[in-house]
Amino acid sequence: MRTLHTFHGGIHPPEHKSESNGRPIAQAPVPRHLVVSLRQHMGAPAKPLVQPGDKVLKGQLIGEPAGFISAAVHAPTSGTVTAVEPMTVPHSSGLPDLCVAIEADGEDRWAEHSPIDYKSASPQAVLDHIRDRGVVGLGGAVFPTHIKLQVNGKLETLVINAAECEPWITSDDLLMRERADEIVKGIEVLQHLLQPAETLVGIEDNKPEAIAAMARAAEGKGIDVVAVPTLYPTGGEKQLIKILTGKEVPSGGRPYQIGVVCTNVATVYSVHRAVNLGEPMISRIVTVTGNVRQPGNFEARIGTPVDELLQLAGGALPDTSRYIMGGPMMGTPLPNSGYHVQKASNCFIAASDSLFPPEPPAMPCTRCTHCAEACPVNLRPYELQWFIRGKNFDKARAYNVFDCIECGCCSYVCSSNIPLVQYFRYAKSELMERDREKRAAEMARQRSEMKQQRLEREKAEKAAKHAAAAAAAAKSETAEDKAAKQAAIAAAVERAKAKKAEPQNTENLSPAVQAEIAAVEERRTKSGEAVNEEA
Amino acid sequence: MLTAIIVMAAIALVLGAVLGYASIKFKVEGNPLVEQIDALLPQTQCGQCGYPGCKPYAEAVASGEAAPNLCIPGGPGAGQAIADLVGVPYEPLGGEAAEPAPKAVAAIDEKTCIGCTACIKACPVDAIIGATKQVHTVISAVCTGCGLCEPACPVEECIIMDPVKTDIGNWKWEYPTYEVKKVA
Repeated sequence: MRTLHTFHGGIHPPEHKSESNGRPIAQAPVPRHLVVSLRQHMGAPAKPLVQPGDKVLKGQLIGEPAGFISAAVHAPTSGTVTAVEPMTVPHSSGLPDLCVAIEADGEDRWAEHSPIDYKSASPQAVLDHIRDRGVVGLGGAVFPTHIKLQVNGKLETLVINAAECEPWITSDDLLMRERADEIVKGIEVLQHLLQPAETLVGIEDNKPEAIAAMARAAEGKGIDVVAVPTLYPTGGEKQLIKILTGKEVPSGGRPYQIGVVCTNVATVYSVHRAVNLGEPMISRIVTVTGNVRQPGNFEARIGTPVDELLQLAGGALPDTSRYIMGGPMMGTPLPNSGYHVQKASNCFIAASDSLFPPEPPAMPCTRCTHCAEACPVNLRPYELQWFIRGKNFDKARAYNVFDCIECGCCSYVCSSNIPLVQYFRYAKSELMERDREKRAAEMARQRSEMKQQRLEREKAEKAAKHAAAAAAAAKSETAEDKAAKQAAIAAAVERAKAKKAEPQNTENLSPAVQAEIAAVEERRTKSGEAVNEEA
Repeated sequence: MLTAIIVMAAIALVLGAVLGYASIKFKVEGNPLVEQIDALLPQTQCGQCGYPGCKPYAEAVASGEAAPNLCIPGGPGAGQAIADLVGVPYEPLGGEAAEPAPKAVAAIDEKTCIGCTACIKACPVDAIIGATKQVHTVISAVCTGCGLCEPACPVEECIIMDPVKTDIGNWKWEYPTYEVKKVA
């Protein structure tokens, strides 16, 4: 029996898991029209490789990674590209982003794809293989997996995050119940790559079927399936590491610094499909729940319209007023269902005012400190809130606002209904903008100084060159040269004189023409005088 | 009495020697205030303050020659910070010119560019690349949006200042606004 640790704070929101975990995963049919976003991962958006009119095959690369932190994007089915332009994407800003629209041909024909024998290939080749198949973390942050798996030095613990602590979401639960063997194959790939001393799968104890299925599949594989107490946000990377190992990831640090790598269970499943089957990340399990007739889980292609998933779940009930991508604690609110499945879309919730009553109006903070008691990263949200309301961002940074994981525990427990997380998101994006500006200013300062230095250097070089040329000229000029020059000048003067003596074309003119010339000259002098007077 | 004078004289001598040594050993080259002011400026090098760049303006403020409120791209934020640093009252710069223009980057229309290199000479941060009779282009990542290239260009509508659009990459969360309950 393993000793479990605890993290600070946490809350127990109503779980609402039973609505959607009663039915097996259903295959969502390939939709007719798909919209695939090119920014489905953390980092730089992928660079489109297709144009409208191009034919694409299932699994064909349509967006290549642009930069170190970026990921590949693939066509989820075969068909024709109809547009590559900004379209609505599920993002808090509501701004459009570059997407590839594909009209499916119904054949669902695979592009050439091949697995890799990870046991004989070099680790870098396996990582490149994973990178080229667009595998990103499916836990929510969609961080490119191949970067996460690049760990130098000894790794003590590989943590598979299967806590799934957010209410309503059951996609990882169903995946583990039905595909535990495939998940274990994925874990074996990671074990081979990372060579951890121990491998732990953390599952919240409200998923007994998933724990049993995983324990059965993991038998004799050196994998420890651990049931952890149900407490939100156990599924946070740093929180789960703390529970399982007792080690704390330093502020602003990453788990590999304490010898741990933590990966979401659905990501591991995708790694298995990428490595052992050669399939890129073109589908995922999505929970459709909330205010729908038959909540459930669906294996849907990336780019599937949300409306079609809602239809598969029996349709949204008439009093549905809005939607949420993700869970109610950390998800992205969506005003309508006109969106498409992303790699990050673990869940779509149809929301109504009866299921999710609107927040009562916020009241002033009473400094009850319930938020600090609930905060899983030991922050003092009530203090931070004051600083941020006073626009004192430096103070907010000093009080570690960047450690906030935006889990929403503080807002949940706030007795004054203050939207605390919104304040922290606001402060973080303001601070990040400032840092960006500072970096840009520093670069501009350096470039400006370099230019000044260059100009001065060029000036000095020019002056030196002129001085050298003058000195050389003075040295080489002898009496003979001088005489030759004088002779040349004299000859030129002679030539000019001779030319003047030649007959001019104004001589021997008729009196009429001469009169005309005189008139022109007169006008010219007059106008010249006029101009001078004006001036 | 004599002992006291000797002791005092000895102390004065020792401290004087220490101070003299320190003034040589820890001599500060240049005015450190200039660097501090320069760090608060946005480094657009636009010259809107009337000085040829951010560093010369910082020098002018440090010597008391210029007011701290002349930086237009820096806005009241930079002005206030500089005023606090040098210890003078900050007065907002009035008038239309005081409004910082929305952030923009220069863009060269490659069809109209004649390859004269005038803009390259005008750019304070070397953000334009090109050569004589070759089409020029702007490295938008390093352009400060100072707009000095625009008047330098002899061709009409060749250089335009393109306002930076908000997209998902640079979008910011807004300050939370919510209703405060009205009592009575």
